[in-house]
Amino acid sequence: MTSSNMWLLRPLQERSTQIFLGLLTAAVVVVTILHLATPEGSALHVSAYTVTLLGKYLCYALLAVAVDLVWGYLGILSLGHGAFFALGGYAMGMYLMRQIGDRGVYGDPILPDFMVFLNWQELPWYWHGFDMAWFAFAMVLLVPGALAFVFGFLAFRSRVTGVYLSIITQALTFALMLAFFRNEMGFGGNNGLTDFKDILGFDLRSDGTRLGLFIATGIALAVGYVVCRGIVTSKLGRVSVACRDAEARTRFLGYRVERVQLFVFVVSAMLAGVAGALYVPQVGIINPSEFSPLFSIEIVVWVALGGRATLYGAVIGAVLVNYAKTVFTGVMPDAWLFALGALFVLVTVFLPKGIAGLLQKRRKATDDDGANAQEVAA
Amino acid sequence: MSIYRLLARIVLAACLALGPMLATAQVQDDTARDLLKQLVEANQAEKLGLLKEISETGDERARGWLEAFRGGKLAVVEDTGNVVIVLNNRGRDWEIADALSGDNLGEMSRRDLETVRVNNAMRAQVDGILSVIDLTVTDPQGRLDAARNLLGDVDATLAEQLEARLAEEENADVRAMLANAIAIHRLEQGDAEAIDVLSGSLNPTARAALNTAANGDDPALAAAASKALASIEQKLKINHAAETLYFGLSLGSVLVLAAIGLAITFGVMGVINMAHGELIMLGAYTTWGMQQMLPGQPGLALVLSIPAGFLVAALAGIAIERSVIQFLKGRPLETLLATFGISLILQQLVRTVISPLNRTVVTPEWMSGSIMINEALSLTLNRLYVIGFALVVFAGLMLIMRRTRLGLEVRAVTQNRAMARSMGIKATRVDILTFGLGSGVAGLAGVALSQITNVGPNLGQNYIIDSFMVVVFGGVGNLWGTLVAGLSLGTINQILEPWAGAVLAKIMVLVLIILFIQKRPKGLFPQKGRAAEN
Amino acid sequence: MSIKKHVKVGLSALALSVSLSSVAAEDPIKVGILHSLSGTMAISETALKDTMLMLIEKQNEEGGVLGRQLEPVVVDPASNWPLFAEKARELLEKEEVDVIFGNWTSVSRKSVLPVVEELNGLLFYPVQYEGEESSENVFYTGAAPNQQAIPAVDYLMNNIGVERWVLAGTDYVYPRTTNKILETYLKDKGVAASDIMINYTPFGHSDWQSIVSDIKAFGSAGKKTAVVSTINGDANVPFYRELGNQGISATDIPVVAFSVGEQELSGIDTGPLVGHLAAWNYFMSVDNDANYDFIDAWIDYKGDDTVVTNDPMEAHYIGFNMYIEAVKKAGTTDVDEVKDAIIGVSVPNLTGGYATMMPNHHITKPVLIGEIQDNGQFSVVWETPSTVAGDAWSDFLPGSRDMISDWRAPLRCGNFNVATGECGGASE
Repeated sequence: MTSSNMWLLRPLQERSTQIFLGLLTAAVVVVTILHLATPEGSALHVSAYTVTLLGKYLCYALLAVAVDLVWGYLGILSLGHGAFFALGGYAMGMYLMRQIGDRGVYGDPILPDFMVFLNWQELPWYWHGFDMAWFAFAMVLLVPGALAFVFGFLAFRSRVTGVYLSIITQALTFALMLAFFRNEMGFGGNNGLTDFKDILGFDLRSDGTRLGLFIATGIALAVGYVVCRGIVTSKLGRVSVACRDAEARTRFLGYRVERVQLFVFVVSAMLAGVAGALYVPQVGIINPSEFSPLFSIEIVVWVALGGRATLYGAVIGAVLVNYAKTVFTGVMPDAWLFALGALFVLVTVFLPKGIAGLLQKRRKATDDDGANAQEVAA
Repeated sequence: MSIYRLLARIVLAACLALGPMLATAQVQDDTARDLLKQLVEANQAEKLGLLKEISETGDERARGWLEAFRGGKLAVVEDTGNVVIVLNNRGRDWEIADALSGDNLGEMSRRDLETVRVNNAMRAQVDGILSVIDLTVTDPQGRLDAARNLLGDVDATLAEQLEARLAEEENADVRAMLANAIAIHRLEQGDAEAIDVLSGSLNPTARAALNTAANGDDPALAAAASKALASIEQKLKINHAAETLYFGLSLGSVLVLAAIGLAITFGVMGVINMAHGELIMLGAYTTWGMQQMLPGQPGLALVLSIPAGFLVAALAGIAIERSVIQFLKGRPLETLLATFGISLILQQLVRTVISPLNRTVVTPEWMSGSIMINEALSLTLNRLYVIGFALVVFAGLMLIMRRTRLGLEVRAVTQNRAMARSMGIKATRVDILTFGLGSGVAGLAGVALSQITNVGPNLGQNYIIDSFMVVVFGGVGNLWGTLVAGLSLGTINQILEPWAGAVLAKIMVLVLIILFIQKRPKGLFPQKGRAAEN
Repeated sequence: MSIKKHVKVGLSALALSVSLSSVAAEDPIKVGILHSLSGTMAISETALKDTMLMLIEKQNEEGGVLGRQLEPVVVDPASNWPLFAEKARELLEKEEVDVIFGNWTSVSRKSVLPVVEELNGLLFYPVQYEGEESSENVFYTGAAPNQQAIPAVDYLMNNIGVERWVLAGTDYVYPRTTNKILETYLKDKGVAASDIMINYTPFGHSDWQSIVSDIKAFGSAGKKTAVVSTINGDANVPFYRELGNQGISATDIPVVAFSVGEQELSGIDTGPLVGHLAAWNYFMSVDNDANYDFIDAWIDYKGDDTVVTNDPMEAHYIGFNMYIEAVKKAGTTDVDEVKDAIIGVSVPNLTGGYATMMPNHHITKPVLIGEIQDNGQFSVVWETPSTVAGDAWSDFLPGSRDMISDWRAPLRCGNFNVATGECGGASE
C-alpha cells in the first residue's frame, strides 16, 4: 500500500466511522432485503416509493456531509453549496436527456424536446459529449470542481472571510439560478430537464433500477464519508481546523492557508456534485430552483441540526429534516412550516451542538473530534 | 382611420357646439329614461350615437350619466326596466340609486341587475366629450389636461372650434397645447407649416404624428418631418439619460430602505437576521391593516402607518431578540439558523391568519401619477416619495447613531462589549433597543414598499438577499456604506437593464459584487479599529 | 378563520365518513389533491384545494357516486418541483387514490407527468398552459394557446385596430412558447418584425421602470400599440402600478393579460387599471345562474363575503364533473375504463354552455375577453361565437405543425405525425 492511500485507510480504523459505516450498510441491506424478499402488501414490505424516498434522503445526506466538511472543519459557511449540487445534477440531467434519443414527443434524435418547440436548430456546443456516460460522469465532478476552484482561488487569495465569503457564495448561487432560469441558456429554463427514460441502459421506471440507484447512493455516501474523515484526520485536516479557529496564526506559522482552503473547498464541491448527480435520476427532474439561495441555507440548517463538525451529525440532520418534511407535508399540510420553523429555532437555542452533541453527551464518547466540535468558534 | 374615431369626432364637434347649453337645461325624464334604456341593448356603433344624443340633451345630469357609463356603473333592473346608477359594485349585493331622481334605492342582488357594457373605445369617446367640456373650466391645469387629451383626436370642425378657443385662451401652456392639437390635425391634412409648430414638441402624440408624416407619401413633407424628428430625438436622449438616472436612484432607494435596518442589526450587532424580510412584510401588512381600519382615507392611513409600522416591526423584533437571539450571544452564524426558522413561521402565520393572497394597498391620490418635468420626462410620484422617505430615514438613523446617548452606547457596545459594560452601560438594554431600532426601520421599509410592490406573504423573501448584498457591498457596520452601495447598485442595474435585459443586468450586478469583494474583501467602507478584527 | 374552518370541515368530514362507513358497502373513492399550500405558489393554489374540497363535499351530500362516497386526500408539495413528483407517487402508491386534481405551474406538471404515466394514474390539470403536450393519463381542463392567446390577439387586431405589438412575459416556458406562437401568427397576418417587441423578465420582477418607459417609447410611433402580457403572478402588481404612474392608460396602450384573473386583482388597487384586458374562458362576472350558484356556494363554503372565483376554479369544476360523469358511465373507477369513458363526456360550464372532453384530452371552451373594472372584476367585452376545442399541438410552431393527438382506439397516440403517418417517439 502506498502512503497516498494511508489517509483513506486511517478512518476505517476509527470506531465512529466503523459504527457509521456499519449502520449505513445495515440500513441499505435491510431495505434491499425487505424490498426484494417480502411480498407486496405485507406489513414489512418496503415499496419502491419508499426506496426512492430513502435514496433521496441519502443524496441530501451526502450533500450535508460536503457542507459540513467546509463549514465544520474549514470554518467557511457556504451559503451556495446548492450551486455545486445543482451543477452535478444538471450534468447528469443532460446525460439522461441525451439518452432519451428519439423517444421524445417530437421524435428528434438529437435535440431534447424543449429545444424543438422553442425552435432551436442545432445542439449548443456545451451539450456535446453528454451522450457518453463517461464524459457526463466526469463532468459531474469537473464542473462543480472547476467552479469551486476558480471561485475559491479568487476568494481565498484575496482573503475574503467570514460573512463576506458567505454572502458572495450566496451571490454565486443566486446568479446561477437567474442564469439557468433564462431559456436562452439552453438548459430548459424553469421547466428544467425532465421525462428521463433510462440510465446506462436500465429503465428508470423499473423497481430494479430504483433499488440500484438507492444502493449506489448508499455506497457514494459511504465513500464520501470516508474521504471526508480521511481528510479531516490527516495533517491537512488538522491544518484546516487550525485555519478555522485562527486563520491568521496558521498563516504566520508558515502554512499556505489558501491552498488548504482551496483543496478542501474543491473536494467538497465535487462531493456535492456527486450528490446532485445521484439525486436527479431518483427524483426525475432538475430545475433551477435547486440553485435557490434558500435551499442552500436549508442545507446549512440540516448540518447545524445534526451537529456541526461531526460529519455523521450532518447525515442525521439531513435525513431527519427531510423525513420530517415528508411526513408533515402529508399529515398537516397547512401547518408544517410552523413545525419546521419551530424545530430550527428550538434546536439552535436548546441544542447548540445539534443532535450529535446530544448523542455525545449521552454516550460520553471520547472521540477527540467531539472536543473539537465544542470548541467551534463562529 | 377607424370608424370609432370618425364617430368620435362627430360627437366631439356636436358637444363643442352644444357645450354652453349643458349646464342649464333639464330634459323630460321620459326622454332621458328612454335614451338610457336604449344604451343597454344597443351595439357599439349605436351606443356612440346614443351618447351623443345624451350629451345633446344638455341635461345637467348628463355628465353624471356619462361618468357612470364610463365607469360601467349604469345598470338596468331586470324586472322593472328602471335605469339605475350603481354606487357600490363590490360583493353580491350592489347599492344602487335611481339614475333620474338620484334617490338611493338600497341594495339589490347582482343577479337582478344588468349593467350597460362599456369598452375602451367607448371610454375614449366619453373622455373626448368630457375633455371638450373641460376646455372651459376655470382651473388652467384642468384646461391643459383637457387640451392634452384632445391631441390626435381633432377633425376639421373641432379644429375650428379650437382655433376660436385659442383666441380666447390666456394661459401660455394651454395655448401651446391647443396649438399643438391643431397642428397635428393640419399635419395629417398635409400642411407642411404645421411641422414648425410641432418640431420642438416632446409630446408622444406629436411625435407619432410626425412619424406618420415621415413615412408618408409626400416626399417634401416626409423630409421636413424627418428633420423635425431628428431634432426631437436629440432632446429625447438627454431626457432619457435623466430618466435612467432617476430610475436608478429610485431602485437604489428601495434597496437602501430594505437594507438599512439590516445594516443595524447585522452590521452593528452582528446578528444575521434572516427574518429581516418578514419584518419588512409586517410593516407592509400594517399599512394594509391601517387602510382597512380607516376606509376611504388611504392617505391618512398611510401617514399613520409610518409610526405604526415602525412600532409593530420594532415590537416583533424585540420579541425575537428576547425569545431567541439573546440566547445566541457570540454565535452569529447560529442566529442565521434560528431566524431562518422564525422567518418560515412568520410567513406561514401570515398565510394562515390573514390569507395566502396578496392584499390590496391603495395608493393615495397625492402619491399616484407623476410630476411632468417636460412632455417626455415625468417623475413618478410614488417613487419620488420613496426616494425622499429613504433619505429621511437614513438621516434620522445617522442622527440617532451620532447624536444621541443611545447611539453612543450602541457604538461603544459594538466596539468593545466588555469595556462598555465595565463603564456602566447596560449592554442588554442596548441590545434590545438596537434590535428594536433595526427591526422598526425594516417596518418603515415595508410601509414604503407597500406603495411599490405586492403586499403578500412572499414580500420579505424577495428582498432579503438583495438586502444582504447591499450591506456587504457597502461594508458591514457602516451606514454610509449601505447608502452608497444601495444607490450605486440600483443605478448600475438600471443603466445595464436597457441593453442587457432585466435578467442579465441582475446577474451582472451579482458578478460585479463577487468580483468587487475580491478586490476589497471588507466592502466599500471597511470598518476600522478593533471591531474589524472579530 | 381559516384554521377554525378547516377543523370544522375536517370534523364534519370525519363524522360523515364514520356515519357512512357503516352504510356504504364499498370503500370510498379517493381523490388526491396536489396543490401547494406553502411556498411561492400557495398564493394561487390554496383556493383550488378549497374548491376541490367544496365540490367533493357537495357531491357527497348528493350521495356520492356509484353509491360510494368520495374522500379527499390533501398533500402539500410546497411549491417544490421534485416534491411534486414525490407527492404524486405517495398519492398513487401509498394512498392509492383513484384520481388526482392538481398542479399549477408547467414545471410541476412536467415533474409529475412521468410518475402518473408510470403508475397509470389520472391527473386533471386546471390551468392555462403552453400546449405541446398530450399524455394518456392527463386531462387538460385549462386553456391551450389557441383557446386564449390567439383569440385575444384576433380581438385586438380586428376590433381595436392594433398594429404594433409588445409581447412581454416572465422568462419561463409558457410565455416563451405562447410568444413564439403569437410571433409566427402575427407575421402570418402581415405584421412587420419591427412592429413586434419581445421582452422577458425574471420571476417576481419588481422594478418595471425602464421596461414601461421602453413600452411607452415603442407605443409613440404613430400606430395603435397593445401589450400582450404573459407576466406571471407577483410581478404583475408592480408592473400595472408602474403603467398607471407613468400615465399609460388602457385607452392609450391596452394590456391584455393571460395570467391575471380575479384572484390576482384582489391584491391590486384596480382604480388605475380600468380598461386593461384579460383573456380567459371564465370570468366571475359572467351573468349566468349556474355561475351565481357556484359563487354563492363558494362564499358560503369559505364563510367570507369577499372571496372571488376564477378561471382555474371553473376548470376544476368542469374537470370534477367530467370525472364524476365518466365514472358513472364506466360504472367503475378503474383508470383505463374511466380514461376511455371520459372522451366525449359533456358537462355544463359556468358560462352558460357545455364543455366536452376531446379525444386529445383537452376540452372545449368559450374564449372571453374582459376589461378590468374598478371593483376588481372583469366586464366581458367580447366572446367567441361558439366554444373552441383545445389544440394540444400548435399549428404555429414548425416542430408540431403536423402533429395531432387522439387517445381513442385504434390510434391511441398523443403525438401522431400526420405527415409521416407515424406515432412519433411514443411515450410507451
